[in-house]
Amino acid sequence: MRRSPLLWISSALVFAFLYIPLIVVVVFSFNNSKLNAEWVGFTFGWYYVLFNDAAMIQAALNSLIIAFVAATLATVLGTMAGIAMHRYRSRFLPFMTLTPLAMPEILLGVSLLIFFISVFGENALSLLTVIIAHTTFCIGFVAIVVRARLSGMDESIFEAARDLGATPWKTFRLVTFPMILPAVIAGALMSFTLSIDDFVITFFTAGAGVPTLPLTIYTMIKISVTPEVNALSTLMMLLTLFLIIVATRVAPDVLQKKQMVNDEAENRA
Amino acid sequence: MSLIQATRIRGERLLQLIVSAPPFVFLLLFFLLPALIMVVASFRYPGEFGGLAPLFGDLPAGEKGLTLENYQIFFSDFIYAQIFLKSLGVAALTTLICLVMAYPVALLIARSPKKSRDLLVLLCVLPFASNFLVRVYAWMIILGPFDLLFSRFAVIVGMVYVHLPFMILPLYTNLEKHDPTLLDAAQDLGANAWNRFWKVTFPMSLPGIFSGSVLVFIPVLGMFAIPEILGGKDDWLVGNMIKEAFLGTRDWPFGSMLAMMLTVVVLGIAVLSTTFAKRRMRRA
Repeated sequence: MRRSPLLWISSALVFAFLYIPLIVVVVFSFNNSKLNAEWVGFTFGWYYVLFNDAAMIQAALNSLIIAFVAATLATVLGTMAGIAMHRYRSRFLPFMTLTPLAMPEILLGVSLLIFFISVFGENALSLLTVIIAHTTFCIGFVAIVVRARLSGMDESIFEAARDLGATPWKTFRLVTFPMILPAVIAGALMSFTLSIDDFVITFFTAGAGVPTLPLTIYTMIKISVTPEVNALSTLMMLLTLFLIIVATRVAPDVLQKKQMVNDEAENRA
Repeated sequence: MSLIQATRIRGERLLQLIVSAPPFVFLLLFFLLPALIMVVASFRYPGEFGGLAPLFGDLPAGEKGLTLENYQIFFSDFIYAQIFLKSLGVAALTTLICLVMAYPVALLIARSPKKSRDLLVLLCVLPFASNFLVRVYAWMIILGPFDLLFSRFAVIVGMVYVHLPFMILPLYTNLEKHDPTLLDAAQDLGANAWNRFWKVTFPMSLPGIFSGSVLVFIPVLGMFAIPEILGGKDDWLVGNMIKEAFLGTRDWPFGSMLAMMLTVVVLGIAVLSTTFAKRRMRRA
């Protein structure tokens, strides 16, 4: 294995570039000062402020509701899409599930904005529109993970089930589903994470009445930056971290999600 | 054909319908239809109070129906094309810097013992467990005291920071597949470290570089939050113009036209990159 000192040093620098900013955010969340400029003293005060901020609690609730419903919907629809893409070599489904992932997010955001308002009226934007928007882009991620799992499986298992007299539904329930379950769970966790973290698409589909956590961070960054943002950021980091660790335990495929999108795009071409 | 077989085929057809139809209908409604509405919107007139003017009704001609006006505005003033060019420039620079930073890390991971690889990959991905805005905000804190905020420099730093893993992962996936004995062979044939890298490792990693570049370039092209938070007014990109048209001036037809132009550019890049990848594959 050739790993020259140069490789070590440059990699260490990149890792420093990756981690220092986040460490700074976390450290300043405990700083007893209104400014993120110099270290004054240790405090939990910003977390106290955060938990007593009614608007923040509402935003957190919105985020959780959206993520929970969108992840559930996306998992059901995405699993179906993944099976359909693998089993029936459908031509349209890959296009429809994967294109939203390959385009800049803003395009899906603005097209849904026009759609919701011109179809459902000026006041259409609500929790529901955000849930629909999030489901739309999460379906693709679930479908890819499920399909990857299916294509790694031995087809003869399904034939065996059929030859032994299992109906298609029975084959699905007793053979296919238990085997793709890790991918389904991974897809669900991934969708939950993507939804709770999404800013761009939420920004265009949420209207004024539905603040989510990322939207609140955005407003705070633009209007008044206090270490309360740091405290919120730190907590969100912990939550996503937890979800990622659970997901990688369940199905290691998750780590390569973006990569898979890309492979998919290349295969299609 | 026996009766059992016939029922089975019918069952299979039914299953196919049950499995394919729900995601298909959902995406038809909430992805394809909105996209088509946006295409049409780019040819419409803006409404009196923002949004879209009605397609039919009692309005005078020139205020209803379809028009090429939005596209004419785009092509009549170089300022719009200029913002597209600036966005392409920022995307290209970001991609290049990501490549330079990602390469050593990806190479290090690929050449590490199998056991530590997963851990190192996780270390690369971990910072991205934090929210996208948090990562941008972190640079506000860091660059602020140095008076570097609200500059093109800050925008590029933010772009690189947010998109780096999209370069590291595909590069690593590619480099990991390389056969290490090739390098031994090159060394035995007298190649020094420099030549071993540029004549063996680098050419073989081109597909990985390619995948990573597309994954970085395209999202950067549509980004509006980073220029808005870390940049100054001069650093506005296509994404900012689109956002402003939809939420600021509320001129939706103009915004839709910009979104269409962005779509065309992205599709152009996708077509170019796939033909390039295909040609490479055929040669190999």
